Amino acid sequence: FQGYLDHEQFNQLEELQDDANPNFVEEVVTLYYRDSARLVHSIEQALEKSPIDFNKLDSYMHQFRGSSSSIGAKKVKAECSLFREYCRAGNGEGCMRTFQQVKKEYTALRKKLETFFQLARQAGPVDRARRPK
Amino acid sequence: MAQQGGSSSSGGGGSLNVSPMKPLASLKVLVVDDEPMMRTIHKAQLVRAGINDVEVAANGKDAVDLHVNGATFDLILMDLHMPIMDGCQATKELRAMGVKSSIVGVTSSGGAEKTAFLASGLDDCVSKPFVLQQIAHYLKVPRSPTNPPKYHNP
Repeated sequence: FQGYLDHEQFNQLEELQDDANPNFVEEVVTLYYRDSARLVHSIEQALEKSPIDFNKLDSYMHQFRGSSSSIGAKKVKAECSLFREYCRAGNGEGCMRTFQQVKKEYTALRKKLETFFQLARQAGPVDRARRPK
Repeated sequence: MAQQGGSSSSGGGGSLNVSPMKPLASLKVLVVDDEPMMRTIHKAQLVRAGINDVEVAANGKDAVDLHVNGATFDLILMDLHMPIMDGCQATKELRAMGVKSSIVGVTSSGGAEKTAFLASGLDDCVSKPFVLQQIAHYLKVPRSPTNPPKYHNP
């Protein structure tokens, strides 16, 4: 997870995981995937429209940035911030280019998280709360 | 452990009623956020802090409707950007209804948006996701004349 996750932020989620909520982190991350899928789809549709509604795009990306920040997805968050700068500048090409980066970082993070949870399930409850390396 | 309840009032004459101290376990908190993930995180934080009665609403209108139907809360955590009715409008409506609960905005927005949100009737505004320490004040400290709410009835 080197560079992908803000460990301090992710750790706050891990600290909420306990015997009463043994799968809390995975549940939250699953909700993140669901939110993200919806937002990515909305952004893709918005980018296809002509003229581009930059306010709408910015609003979607604000949400995506916020939810990414909440789970500590720092690379995704950084690309979202860059995307928003292009929105504010009304730069459609910049938005499209940066959006590819957002999706790339999101896909990479998702793969790492899926591996992490797979290993956590195999390891069992004792290791479940261990911070990913 | 203490909390001002929704029953405290700030009078136009400047005197404030101090509510009895309430233990954390008896506090009622409402989390208003359109994102399921954020509702899950915020509710878990509050439950971990010892607050058992945590209700959630997915938008400002649902939050207002809860109050119209008689619900009361010690603390309302209000997101800003929500469909149907945003946090700004919901806060204005709740204050217009006479709701005196602590309402704390939770948003990653800044600048003019945050200023407008605060002006809608919030007691405070914290960044999203909040850490419990940011709202500890509203969970532990009773309102008093020396510690008045930021929002005052006109």
